[in-house]
Amino acid sequence: MPLSKAEVRHVAMLARLALEPGDEEFYADQLSGILAHIDRLQQLDTESIPPTAQVVEVANTLREDVPRPCLSQAEALANAPAAVDGFFRVPSIQEEA
Amino acid sequence: MIDLTELTVKETARLLRLRSFSASELVTAHVERIERLDRRVKAFLRFTPELWEKQAEEADRRIVRGDLGPLVGIPMAVKDVLCVRGVETTAGSQILRGFKPPYTGTAVSRLFEAGAVMLGVTNCDEFAMGSSTENSGYHPTHNPWDLDRVPGGSSGGSAAAVSAAEAMIALGTDTGGSIRQPAALCGVVGMKPTYGRVSRYGLIAFASSLDQIGPFARSVEDAAIVLEAMAGRDPLDATSSDRPNDVLRDFDAGVKGMRLGVPREYYEVQGIEPGVKAAIDKAIKAFRDAGAEIVDVALPHTDYGLAAYYIIAPAECSSNLARFDGVRYGMSIEDAQNITELYMRTRREGFGTEVRRRVMLGTYALSSGYYDAYYLKAQKVRTLIKRDFDTAFEKCDAIISATSPTVAFPIGSKTQDPLSMYLCDVLTLGGNLAGLPGISVPCGFSNDLPVGLQILAPQWRENTALRVARAYEVASGVKAEVPSPLSGEV
Repeated sequence: MPLSKAEVRHVAMLARLALEPGDEEFYADQLSGILAHIDRLQQLDTESIPPTAQVVEVANTLREDVPRPCLSQAEALANAPAAVDGFFRVPSIQEEA
Repeated sequence: MIDLTELTVKETARLLRLRSFSASELVTAHVERIERLDRRVKAFLRFTPELWEKQAEEADRRIVRGDLGPLVGIPMAVKDVLCVRGVETTAGSQILRGFKPPYTGTAVSRLFEAGAVMLGVTNCDEFAMGSSTENSGYHPTHNPWDLDRVPGGSSGGSAAAVSAAEAMIALGTDTGGSIRQPAALCGVVGMKPTYGRVSRYGLIAFASSLDQIGPFARSVEDAAIVLEAMAGRDPLDATSSDRPNDVLRDFDAGVKGMRLGVPREYYEVQGIEPGVKAAIDKAIKAFRDAGAEIVDVALPHTDYGLAAYYIIAPAECSSNLARFDGVRYGMSIEDAQNITELYMRTRREGFGTEVRRRVMLGTYALSSGYYDAYYLKAQKVRTLIKRDFDTAFEKCDAIISATSPTVAFPIGSKTQDPLSMYLCDVLTLGGNLAGLPGISVPCGFSNDLPVGLQILAPQWRENTALRVARAYEVASGVKAEVPSPLSGEV
Protein backbone atom coordinates (compact mmCIF):
# COMPACT_ATOMS: atom_id res chain seq x y z
CA MET A 1 0.00 0.00 0.00
CA PRO A 2 1.72 3.22 -1.12
CA LEU A 3 2.16 5.99 1.42
CA SER A 4 0.41 9.28 0.76
CA LYS A 5 2.12 12.64 1.25
CA ALA A 6 -0.27 13.31 4.14
CA GLU A 7 0.93 10.13 5.84
CA VAL A 8 4.54 11.13 5.26
CA ARG A 9 3.88 14.49 6.93
CA HIS A 10 2.20 12.76 9.88
CA VAL A 11 5.04 10.25 10.37
CA ALA A 12 7.70 12.95 9.98
CA MET A 13 6.02 14.92 12.76
CA LEU A 14 5.93 11.83 15.00
CA ALA A 15 9.64 11.24 14.25
CA ARG A 16 10.47 14.94 14.76
CA LEU A 17 12.09 15.17 11.35
CA ALA A 18 11.74 18.44 9.45
CA LEU A 19 10.72 18.08 5.79
CA GLU A 20 12.62 19.94 3.12
CA PRO A 21 11.48 20.45 -0.47
CA GLY A 22 11.37 17.08 -2.22
CA ASP A 23 11.35 15.06 1.00
CA GLU A 24 7.66 14.19 0.89
CA GLU A 25 7.94 12.66 -2.58
CA PHE A 26 11.23 10.95 -1.66
CA TYR A 27 9.90 9.23 1.48
CA ALA A 28 6.56 8.36 -0.13
CA ASP A 29 8.37 6.67 -3.00
CA GLN A 30 11.11 4.95 -1.00
CA LEU A 31 8.98 3.77 1.91
CA SER A 32 6.28 2.49 -0.45
CA GLY A 33 8.89 0.40 -2.25
CA ILE A 34 10.20 -1.11 0.98
CA LEU A 35 6.69 -1.69 2.35
CA ALA A 36 5.74 -3.50 -0.87
CA HIS A 37 8.44 -6.05 -0.01
CA ILE A 38 7.44 -6.16 3.65
CA ASP A 39 3.78 -6.85 2.77
CA ARG A 40 4.75 -10.46 2.06
CA LEU A 41 4.56 -10.99 5.83
CA GLN A 42 0.78 -10.90 5.47
CA GLN A 43 0.94 -14.20 3.53
CA LEU A 44 1.86 -16.03 6.73
CA ASP A 45 -0.79 -17.22 9.14
CA THR A 46 0.54 -16.17 12.53
CA GLU A 47 -2.75 -16.30 14.41
CA SER A 48 -1.46 -18.79 17.00
CA ILE A 49 2.21 -17.70 17.02
CA PRO A 50 3.46 -15.73 20.03
CA PRO A 51 5.63 -12.68 19.28
CA THR A 52 9.38 -12.70 20.03
CA ALA A 53 10.48 -9.34 21.41
CA GLN A 54 13.93 -10.52 22.37
CA VAL A 55 15.93 -13.75 22.55
CA VAL A 56 17.65 -13.23 25.89
CA GLU A 57 17.45 -15.97 28.46
CA VAL A 58 17.91 -13.63 31.42
CA ALA A 59 14.83 -11.89 32.78
CA ASN A 60 14.20 -9.30 35.47
CA THR A 61 17.85 -8.84 36.35
CA LEU A 62 18.04 -7.13 39.72
CA ARG A 63 20.79 -5.49 41.68
CA GLU A 64 21.13 -3.98 45.13
CA ASP A 65 19.79 -0.44 45.19
CA VAL A 66 22.87 1.24 46.58
CA PRO A 67 24.31 4.62 45.62
CA ARG A 68 27.25 4.48 43.24
CA PRO A 69 29.52 7.15 41.83
CA CYS A 70 28.13 8.75 38.68
CA LEU A 71 29.05 11.50 36.26
CA SER A 72 29.64 14.89 37.76
CA GLN A 73 27.44 17.75 36.61
CA ALA A 74 30.39 19.17 34.66
CA GLU A 75 31.01 15.83 32.90
CA ALA A 76 27.33 15.42 32.08
CA LEU A 77 27.23 18.91 30.55
CA ALA A 78 30.60 18.72 28.81
CA ASN A 79 29.09 17.74 25.44
CA ALA A 80 26.08 20.06 25.64
CA PRO A 81 25.64 22.40 22.67
CA ALA A 82 24.40 25.03 25.16
CA ALA A 83 24.42 25.01 28.95
CA VAL A 84 23.63 27.65 31.53
CA ASP A 85 23.84 27.57 35.34
CA GLY A 86 24.41 23.80 35.38
CA PHE A 87 21.46 23.07 33.07
CA PHE A 88 21.05 22.15 29.41
CA ARG A 89 19.78 25.25 27.63
CA VAL A 90 16.89 24.92 25.16
CA PRO A 91 14.59 27.41 23.42
CA SER A 92 11.47 28.28 25.37
CA ILE A 93 8.84 25.56 25.33
CA GLN A 94 5.89 27.84 26.03
CA GLU A 95 4.62 31.02 24.44
CA GLU A 96 4.59 34.02 26.74
CA ALA A 97 1.10 34.73 28.09
CA MET B 1 63.37 -9.03 8.78
CA ILE B 2 59.79 -10.04 9.56
CA ASP B 3 56.98 -7.65 8.73
CA LEU B 4 55.44 -6.89 12.10
CA THR B 5 52.11 -5.98 10.52
CA GLU B 6 51.48 -9.37 8.98
CA LEU B 7 51.75 -11.49 12.14
CA THR B 8 48.87 -13.13 13.95
CA VAL B 9 48.06 -12.31 17.57
CA LYS B 10 49.27 -15.74 18.59
CA GLU B 11 52.67 -15.33 16.87
CA THR B 12 53.03 -11.78 18.13
CA ALA B 13 52.48 -12.79 21.75
CA ARG B 14 55.22 -15.39 21.43
CA LEU B 15 57.67 -12.97 19.82
CA LEU B 16 56.95 -10.20 22.34
CA ARG B 17 57.69 -12.67 25.10
CA LEU B 18 60.99 -13.55 23.39
CA ARG B 19 61.73 -9.79 23.14
CA SER B 20 62.15 -10.10 19.37
CA PHE B 21 60.63 -6.62 19.29
CA SER B 22 58.82 -4.33 21.70
CA ALA B 23 55.16 -3.33 21.84
CA SER B 24 56.24 0.20 20.93
CA GLU B 25 58.01 -1.08 17.80
CA LEU B 26 54.93 -3.11 16.94
CA VAL B 27 52.70 -0.05 17.16
CA THR B 28 55.15 2.05 15.17
CA ALA B 29 55.15 -0.54 12.38
CA HIS B 30 51.35 -0.35 12.20
CA VAL B 31 51.30 3.45 12.31
CA GLU B 32 53.80 3.58 9.46
CA ARG B 33 51.71 1.17 7.44
CA ILE B 34 48.61 3.27 8.10
CA GLU B 35 50.51 6.36 6.92
CA ARG B 36 51.40 4.57 3.68
CA LEU B 37 48.04 2.98 2.92
CA ASP B 38 45.14 4.66 4.64
CA ARG B 39 45.06 7.64 2.31
CA ARG B 40 43.65 5.19 -0.22
CA VAL B 41 41.79 2.67 1.96
CA LYS B 42 40.32 5.30 4.32
CA ALA B 43 39.48 2.71 6.97
CA PHE B 44 39.99 5.15 9.84
CA LEU B 45 38.04 8.24 10.82
CA ARG B 46 40.51 9.41 13.44
CA PHE B 47 43.63 8.29 15.23
CA THR B 48 44.47 8.08 18.92
CA PRO B 49 48.22 8.73 19.31
CA GLU B 50 47.90 9.74 22.97
CA LEU B 51 46.35 6.32 23.68
CA TRP B 52 48.69 4.19 21.58
CA GLU B 53 51.79 5.82 23.07
CA LYS B 54 50.60 5.35 26.65
CA GLN B 55 49.23 1.84 26.09
CA ALA B 56 52.30 0.59 24.19
CA GLU B 57 54.58 1.84 27.00
CA GLU B 58 52.37 0.12 29.54
CA ALA B 59 52.44 -3.08 27.45
CA ASP B 60 56.23 -2.98 27.38
CA ARG B 61 56.28 -2.59 31.16
CA ARG B 62 53.96 -5.59 31.48
CA ILE B 63 56.23 -7.64 29.22
CA VAL B 64 59.25 -6.76 31.37
CA ARG B 65 57.30 -7.79 34.47
CA GLY B 66 56.37 -11.07 32.79
CA ASP B 67 52.68 -10.11 33.03
CA LEU B 68 51.71 -11.57 29.69
CA GLY B 69 48.20 -12.16 28.44
CA PRO B 70 47.65 -12.99 24.77
CA LEU B 71 46.56 -9.44 23.92
CA VAL B 72 49.34 -7.44 25.58
CA GLY B 73 50.62 -4.94 23.02
CA ILE B 74 48.26 -6.00 20.22
CA PRO B 75 47.34 -3.06 17.93
CA MET B 76 43.58 -2.67 17.67
CA ALA B 77 41.08 -0.55 15.75
CA VAL B 78 37.67 0.31 17.19
CA LYS B 79 34.45 0.94 15.25
CA ASP B 80 33.06 4.43 15.65
CA VAL B 81 30.01 3.21 17.59
CA LEU B 82 31.89 2.11 20.71
CA CYS B 83 32.42 4.80 23.33
CA VAL B 84 35.98 5.44 24.46
CA ARG B 85 36.42 8.04 27.16
CA GLY B 86 37.68 11.32 25.76
CA VAL B 87 37.96 10.00 22.17
CA GLU B 88 35.59 11.59 19.65
CA THR B 89 32.92 8.93 18.92
CA THR B 90 30.30 9.77 16.32
CA ALA B 91 28.61 6.56 15.06
CA GLY B 92 29.65 7.70 11.59
CA SER B 93 27.17 10.55 11.90
CA GLN B 94 27.42 14.30 11.58
CA ILE B 95 24.83 14.60 14.36
CA LEU B 96 27.46 13.41 16.86
CA ARG B 97 30.39 15.37 15.46
CA GLY B 98 32.61 16.41 18.35
CA PHE B 99 31.04 14.08 20.92
CA LYS B 100 33.58 12.86 23.46
CA PRO B 101 32.11 10.14 25.67
CA PRO B 102 32.61 10.57 29.42
CA TYR B 103 33.15 6.82 29.83
CA THR B 104 34.52 3.75 28.03
CA GLY B 105 32.24 0.84 27.08
CA THR B 106 32.78 -2.55 28.70
CA ALA B 107 34.02 -4.49 25.64
CA VAL B 108 36.70 -1.90 24.91
CA SER B 109 37.73 -1.47 28.54
CA ARG B 110 38.13 -5.25 28.93
CA LEU B 111 40.46 -5.28 25.93
CA PHE B 112 42.37 -2.30 27.32
CA GLU B 113 42.80 -4.23 30.58
CA ALA B 114 43.98 -7.23 28.57
CA GLY B 115 46.70 -5.00 27.12
CA ALA B 116 45.42 -4.13 23.63
CA VAL B 117 46.70 -0.88 22.13
CA MET B 118 44.17 1.38 20.42
CA LEU B 119 45.27 2.84 17.07
CA GLY B 120 42.13 4.73 16.20
CA VAL B 121 38.46 4.84 15.34
CA THR B 122 37.20 3.14 12.19
CA ASN B 123 34.64 4.26 9.67
CA CYS B 124 31.17 2.73 9.41
CA ASP B 125 27.75 3.30 7.97
CA GLU B 126 25.96 5.99 9.95
CA PHE B 127 24.58 4.44 13.16
CA ALA B 128 25.65 1.07 11.69
CA MET B 129 22.84 1.24 9.13
CA GLY B 130 24.12 -0.09 5.85
CA SER B 131 26.04 -2.84 4.10
CA SER B 132 28.75 -0.88 2.30
CA THR B 133 30.07 1.89 4.61
CA GLU B 134 28.89 4.34 1.93
CA ASN B 135 26.34 5.72 4.40
CA SER B 136 29.13 7.13 6.56
CA GLY B 137 28.56 10.80 7.30
CA TYR B 138 32.28 11.38 6.62
CA HIS B 139 33.62 9.45 3.63
CA PRO B 140 33.41 6.00 2.02
CA THR B 141 35.99 3.30 2.81
CA HIS B 142 37.64 1.37 0.00
CA ASN B 143 38.03 -2.40 -0.21
CA PRO B 144 41.76 -3.25 0.05
CA TRP B 145 41.27 -5.95 -2.62
CA ASP B 146 39.92 -3.46 -5.16
CA LEU B 147 39.90 0.18 -4.18
CA ASP B 148 36.94 0.92 -6.47
CA ARG B 149 34.76 -1.46 -4.48
CA VAL B 150 33.04 -1.28 -1.10
CA PRO B 151 34.45 -3.07 1.95
CA GLY B 152 30.93 -4.10 3.01
CA GLY B 153 29.32 -2.74 6.11
CA SER B 154 28.37 -1.47 8.40
CA SER B 155 31.72 -2.26 10.09
CA GLY B 156 33.58 -1.70 6.80
CA GLY B 157 36.37 0.41 8.30
CA SER B 158 37.26 -2.27 10.85
CA ALA B 159 37.22 -5.03 8.21
CA ALA B 160 39.33 -2.98 5.79
CA ALA B 161 41.83 -2.02 8.52
CA VAL B 162 42.46 -5.67 9.41
CA SER B 163 42.47 -6.75 5.76
CA ALA B 164 45.06 -4.11 4.84
CA ALA B 165 47.10 -5.10 7.92
CA GLU B 166 46.74 -1.58 9.29
CA ALA B 167 45.50 -3.17 12.54
CA MET B 168 46.00 -6.69 13.85
CA ILE B 169 42.51 -6.89 15.34
CA ALA B 170 39.42 -4.69 15.27
CA LEU B 171 36.03 -4.43 16.91
CA GLY B 172 32.78 -4.22 15.03
CA THR B 173 29.09 -4.57 15.73
CA ASP B 174 26.61 -6.85 14.00
CA THR B 175 22.87 -6.12 13.90
CA GLY B 176 22.00 -7.89 10.63
CA GLY B 177 25.42 -8.98 9.37
CA SER B 178 27.56 -5.88 9.95
CA ILE B 179 30.59 -7.88 11.13
CA ARG B 180 30.24 -11.04 9.03
CA GLN B 181 29.45 -9.43 5.67
CA PRO B 182 32.38 -6.94 5.63
CA ALA B 183 34.67 -9.70 6.92
CA ALA B 184 33.60 -11.79 3.91
CA LEU B 185 34.03 -8.94 1.44
CA CYS B 186 37.48 -8.01 2.79
CA GLY B 187 38.79 -11.56 3.19
CA VAL B 188 39.20 -11.62 6.98
CA VAL B 189 37.63 -13.45 9.93
CA GLY B 190 34.69 -11.75 11.65
CA MET B 191 32.48 -13.08 14.41
CA LYS B 192 29.11 -12.12 15.84
CA PRO B 193 28.64 -13.75 19.26
CA THR B 194 25.39 -15.01 20.77
CA TYR B 195 23.13 -12.16 21.82
CA GLY B 196 24.13 -11.48 25.44
CA ARG B 197 27.65 -12.92 25.22
CA VAL B 198 29.33 -9.51 25.12
CA SER B 199 28.10 -6.51 27.11
CA ARG B 200 26.66 -3.70 25.01
CA TYR B 201 27.37 -1.07 27.65
CA GLY B 202 28.94 1.89 25.86
CA LEU B 203 27.69 0.84 22.43
CA ILE B 204 25.68 3.53 20.65
CA ALA B 205 22.51 1.52 20.12
CA PHE B 206 20.97 0.83 16.72
CA ALA B 207 18.52 -2.07 17.33
CA SER B 208 18.86 -3.20 20.91
CA SER B 209 17.38 -6.69 20.55
CA LEU B 210 19.75 -7.52 17.67
CA ASP B 211 23.05 -5.64 18.27
CA GLN B 212 26.17 -7.54 19.34
CA ILE B 213 29.82 -6.54 19.51
CA GLY B 214 32.39 -8.87 17.99
CA PRO B 215 35.96 -9.20 16.69
CA PHE B 216 37.74 -8.99 13.34
CA ALA B 217 41.08 -10.77 12.93
CA ARG B 218 43.18 -12.55 10.33
CA SER B 219 42.88 -16.00 11.89
CA VAL B 220 40.10 -17.89 13.64
CA GLU B 221 42.22 -18.32 16.74
CA ASP B 222 42.92 -14.58 16.94
CA ALA B 223 39.19 -13.83 16.73
CA ALA B 224 38.54 -16.38 19.48
CA ILE B 225 41.19 -14.81 21.72
CA VAL B 226 39.61 -11.37 21.36
CA LEU B 227 36.11 -12.72 21.95
CA GLU B 228 37.17 -14.60 25.06
CA ALA B 229 38.70 -11.43 26.50
CA MET B 230 35.48 -9.41 25.95
CA ALA B 231 32.87 -11.99 26.86
CA GLY B 232 30.93 -12.41 30.08
CA ARG B 233 28.40 -10.92 32.41
CA ASP B 234 28.53 -7.19 33.02
CA PRO B 235 26.34 -5.59 35.69
CA LEU B 236 26.04 -2.56 33.39
CA ASP B 237 24.18 -4.55 30.70
CA ALA B 238 21.20 -6.47 32.10
CA THR B 239 21.00 -8.57 28.92
CA SER B 240 24.55 -9.89 29.30
CA SER B 241 24.72 -13.52 30.36
CA ASP B 242 26.68 -15.22 33.12
CA ARG B 243 27.12 -18.41 31.09
CA PRO B 244 30.62 -19.92 31.40
CA ASN B 245 33.17 -18.28 29.12
CA ASP B 246 33.94 -21.45 27.18
CA VAL B 247 34.39 -20.06 23.68
CA LEU B 248 37.75 -21.82 23.20
CA ARG B 249 36.58 -25.25 24.46
CA ASP B 250 37.35 -28.06 21.95
CA PHE B 251 38.88 -25.45 19.64
CA ASP B 252 41.21 -27.91 17.93
CA ALA B 253 38.95 -30.95 18.06
CA GLY B 254 38.22 -30.95 14.32
CA VAL B 255 34.97 -31.79 12.53
CA LYS B 256 35.28 -35.58 12.26
CA GLY B 257 31.86 -37.00 13.11
CA MET B 258 30.18 -33.60 13.28
CA ARG B 259 26.98 -32.95 11.36
CA LEU B 260 27.06 -29.78 9.29
CA GLY B 261 23.74 -28.55 7.93
CA VAL B 262 23.37 -26.99 4.49
CA PRO B 263 20.04 -25.16 4.21
CA ARG B 264 18.70 -25.33 0.66
CA GLU B 265 17.22 -21.84 1.11
CA TYR B 266 20.69 -20.41 1.77
CA TYR B 267 22.59 -22.60 -0.69
CA GLU B 268 20.36 -21.52 -3.56
CA VAL B 269 19.53 -18.04 -2.33
CA GLN B 270 18.34 -15.64 -4.99
CA GLY B 271 21.17 -13.66 -6.54
CA ILE B 272 24.02 -15.90 -5.40
CA GLU B 273 26.98 -15.54 -7.76
CA PRO B 274 28.33 -18.69 -9.46
CA GLY B 275 31.84 -18.00 -8.13
CA VAL B 276 30.54 -17.72 -4.58
CA LYS B 277 28.60 -20.94 -4.95
CA ALA B 278 31.68 -22.70 -6.34
CA ALA B 279 33.75 -21.59 -3.34
CA ILE B 280 31.09 -22.88 -0.95
CA ASP B 281 30.95 -26.21 -2.82
CA LYS B 282 34.68 -26.51 -2.35
CA ALA B 283 34.33 -25.78 1.36
CA ILE B 284 31.59 -28.41 1.68
CA LYS B 285 33.93 -30.91 0.04
CA ALA B 286 36.76 -29.93 2.39
CA PHE B 287 34.49 -30.55 5.39
CA ARG B 288 33.38 -33.90 3.98
CA ASP B 289 37.01 -34.88 3.40
CA ALA B 290 37.80 -33.89 6.98
CA GLY B 291 35.21 -36.36 8.22
CA ALA B 292 32.13 -34.22 8.73
CA GLU B 293 28.70 -35.45 7.72
CA ILE B 294 26.90 -32.97 5.47
CA VAL B 295 23.15 -32.95 6.05
CA ASP B 296 20.27 -31.15 4.34
CA VAL B 297 18.34 -28.86 6.64
CA ALA B 298 15.45 -26.50 5.98
CA LEU B 299 14.93 -22.87 6.98
CA PRO B 300 11.51 -22.48 5.36
CA HIS B 301 10.86 -18.89 6.50
CA THR B 302 14.06 -17.50 4.99
CA ASP B 303 12.05 -15.55 2.39
CA TYR B 304 10.34 -13.62 5.18
CA GLY B 305 13.46 -12.83 7.19
CA LEU B 306 14.38 -9.66 5.37
CA ALA B 307 10.85 -8.28 5.68
CA ALA B 308 10.67 -9.06 9.42
CA TYR B 309 14.12 -7.58 9.95
CA TYR B 310 13.26 -4.38 8.10
CA ILE B 311 10.36 -3.78 10.46
CA ILE B 312 12.04 -4.78 13.73
CA ALA B 313 15.40 -3.05 13.20
CA PRO B 314 13.95 0.30 11.99
CA ALA B 315 11.33 0.22 14.75
CA GLU B 316 14.00 -0.19 17.41
CA CYS B 317 16.23 2.39 15.73
CA SER B 318 13.45 4.99 15.56
CA SER B 319 13.10 4.64 19.31
CA ASN B 320 16.85 4.54 20.09
CA LEU B 321 17.64 7.53 17.91
CA ALA B 322 15.03 9.73 19.59
CA ARG B 323 17.79 10.82 21.98
CA PHE B 324 19.60 12.74 19.25
CA ASP B 325 17.69 15.97 19.58
CA GLY B 326 20.27 18.74 19.74
CA VAL B 327 19.97 19.22 23.50
CA ARG B 328 22.52 17.09 25.33
CA TYR B 329 25.26 16.34 22.82
CA GLY B 330 26.29 16.67 19.22
CA MET B 331 24.93 18.94 16.53
CA SER B 332 22.33 21.57 17.35
CA ILE B 333 20.95 24.17 14.98
CA GLU B 334 21.35 27.66 16.33
CA ASP B 335 18.36 29.80 15.44
CA ALA B 336 15.40 27.66 16.52
CA GLN B 337 12.39 29.64 17.70
CA ASN B 338 10.98 26.82 19.81
CA ILE B 339 11.95 23.36 21.06
CA THR B 340 10.05 21.41 18.39
CA GLU B 341 11.82 23.34 15.66
CA LEU B 342 15.15 22.63 17.40
CA TYR B 343 14.45 18.89 17.38
CA MET B 344 13.11 18.71 13.86
CA ARG B 345 15.70 20.80 12.07
CA THR B 346 18.65 19.37 14.03
CA ARG B 347 17.57 15.83 13.12
CA ARG B 348 16.88 16.69 9.48
CA GLU B 349 20.32 18.28 9.17
CA GLY B 350 22.29 15.84 11.32
CA PHE B 351 21.01 12.48 10.06
CA GLY B 352 21.90 11.19 6.60
CA THR B 353 19.49 9.77 4.05
CA GLU B 354 19.53 6.11 5.15
CA VAL B 355 19.10 6.93 8.83
CA ARG B 356 16.16 9.21 8.09
CA ARG B 357 14.65 6.56 5.83
CA ARG B 358 14.83 3.98 8.63
CA VAL B 359 13.60 6.35 11.34
CA MET B 360 10.59 7.12 9.13
CA LEU B 361 9.98 3.44 8.38
CA GLY B 362 10.28 2.46 12.04
CA THR B 363 8.08 5.31 13.23
CA TYR B 364 5.46 4.33 10.67
CA ALA B 365 5.57 0.66 11.72
CA LEU B 366 5.06 1.62 15.37
CA SER B 367 2.42 4.26 14.74
CA SER B 368 -1.19 3.97 15.82
CA GLY B 369 -3.16 1.78 13.43
CA TYR B 370 -0.12 0.03 11.96
CA TYR B 371 1.49 -1.52 15.04
CA ASP B 372 -0.35 -4.86 14.75
CA ALA B 373 -0.03 -5.12 11.00
CA TYR B 374 3.69 -4.45 10.93
CA TYR B 375 5.56 -4.56 14.24
CA LEU B 376 3.57 -7.30 16.00
CA LYS B 377 3.40 -9.30 12.78
CA ALA B 378 7.18 -9.04 12.35
CA GLN B 379 7.74 -10.20 15.92
CA LYS B 380 5.57 -13.25 15.28
CA VAL B 381 7.51 -14.04 12.12
CA ARG B 382 10.66 -13.67 14.22
CA THR B 383 9.32 -16.54 16.32
CA LEU B 384 8.86 -18.67 13.17
CA ILE B 385 12.43 -17.92 12.05
CA LYS B 386 13.82 -18.81 15.45
CA ARG B 387 11.84 -22.07 15.38
CA ASP B 388 13.29 -22.85 11.94
CA PHE B 389 16.78 -22.71 13.44
CA ASP B 390 15.74 -24.73 16.52
CA THR B 391 14.42 -27.47 14.23
CA ALA B 392 17.47 -27.36 11.96
CA PHE B 393 19.85 -27.68 14.93
CA GLU B 394 18.09 -30.90 15.94
CA LYS B 395 19.61 -32.38 12.78
CA CYS B 396 23.03 -30.72 12.79
CA ASP B 397 25.71 -29.20 15.02
CA ALA B 398 26.27 -26.11 12.88
CA ILE B 399 24.93 -24.55 9.68
CA ILE B 400 27.22 -23.60 6.81
CA SER B 401 26.55 -21.24 3.91
CA ALA B 402 27.98 -18.30 2.06
CA THR B 403 28.16 -15.16 4.21
CA SER B 404 27.12 -12.88 1.36
CA PRO B 405 25.51 -13.88 -1.95
CA THR B 406 28.00 -11.68 -3.78
CA VAL B 407 31.59 -10.52 -3.58
CA ALA B 408 32.41 -6.83 -2.99
CA PHE B 409 30.45 -4.59 -5.38
CA PRO B 410 31.53 -1.30 -6.98
CA ILE B 411 31.18 1.86 -4.90
CA GLY B 412 27.94 3.62 -5.86
CA SER B 413 26.31 0.60 -7.52
CA LYS B 414 23.57 0.04 -4.91
CA THR B 415 23.10 3.41 -3.27
CA GLN B 416 19.99 4.37 -5.29
CA ASP B 417 18.07 1.18 -4.50
CA PRO B 418 17.76 0.54 -0.76
CA LEU B 419 16.17 -2.89 -1.21
CA SER B 420 19.10 -4.17 -3.27
CA MET B 421 21.43 -3.01 -0.51
CA TYR B 422 19.28 -4.67 2.16
CA LEU B 423 19.50 -7.98 0.26
CA CYS B 424 23.25 -8.08 1.07
CA ASP B 425 22.25 -9.29 4.53
CA VAL B 426 19.82 -12.01 3.51
CA LEU B 427 22.12 -14.83 4.73
CA THR B 428 23.24 -13.13 7.94
CA LEU B 429 20.22 -11.42 9.48
CA GLY B 430 18.53 -14.71 10.47
CA GLY B 431 21.36 -15.20 12.96
CA ASN B 432 20.51 -11.86 14.56
CA LEU B 433 16.76 -12.50 14.67
CA ALA B 434 17.44 -15.84 16.41
CA GLY B 435 20.31 -14.51 18.57
CA LEU B 436 22.81 -17.08 17.23
CA PRO B 437 26.60 -16.92 17.13
CA GLY B 438 28.01 -16.75 13.61
CA ILE B 439 31.43 -16.43 12.08
CA SER B 440 32.64 -15.61 8.59
CA VAL B 441 35.98 -17.02 7.45
CA PRO B 442 37.86 -16.50 4.16
CA CYS B 443 36.96 -19.23 1.70
CA GLY B 444 38.80 -18.46 -1.50
CA PHE B 445 38.12 -16.01 -4.29
CA SER B 446 35.66 -15.31 -7.05
CA ASN B 447 36.92 -12.99 -9.81
CA ASP B 448 39.93 -12.15 -7.60
CA LEU B 449 37.68 -10.95 -4.78
CA PRO B 450 37.33 -12.69 -1.41
CA VAL B 451 34.43 -15.02 -0.61
CA GLY B 452 33.29 -15.66 2.97
CA LEU B 453 32.03 -18.91 4.49
CA GLN B 454 29.48 -18.44 7.27
CA ILE B 455 29.14 -20.89 10.16
CA LEU B 456 26.11 -20.51 12.43
CA ALA B 457 25.77 -22.44 15.69
CA PRO B 458 23.08 -22.76 18.36
CA GLN B 459 22.93 -20.06 21.04
CA TRP B 460 25.93 -20.14 23.41
CA ARG B 461 27.83 -22.52 21.14
CA GLU B 462 30.46 -20.05 19.96
CA ASN B 463 32.92 -22.82 20.64
CA THR B 464 31.20 -24.99 18.00
CA ALA B 465 31.27 -22.20 15.40
CA LEU B 466 34.93 -21.52 16.20
CA ARG B 467 35.84 -25.21 16.16
CA VAL B 468 34.26 -25.69 12.72
CA ALA B 469 35.89 -22.50 11.43
CA ARG B 470 39.25 -23.61 12.75
CA ALA B 471 38.84 -27.05 11.18
CA TYR B 472 38.06 -25.39 7.84
CA GLU B 473 41.11 -23.14 8.13
CA VAL B 474 43.32 -26.17 8.81
CA ALA B 475 41.75 -28.49 6.22
CA SER B 476 41.56 -25.96 3.39
CA GLY B 477 44.77 -24.08 4.05
CA VAL B 478 42.82 -20.91 3.15
CA LYS B 479 43.98 -17.98 5.26
CA ALA B 480 43.39 -14.28 5.35
CA GLU B 481 45.96 -12.87 2.95
CA VAL B 482 47.25 -9.35 2.71
CA PRO B 483 45.70 -8.00 -0.49
CA SER B 484 47.97 -8.08 -3.51
CA PRO B 485 46.60 -4.77 -4.88
CA LEU B 486 48.30 -3.08 -1.93
CA SER B 487 51.56 -4.97 -2.06
CA GLY B 488 53.11 -2.53 -4.52
CA GLU B 489 52.63 0.20 -1.93
CA VAL B 490 54.58 -1.45 0.81
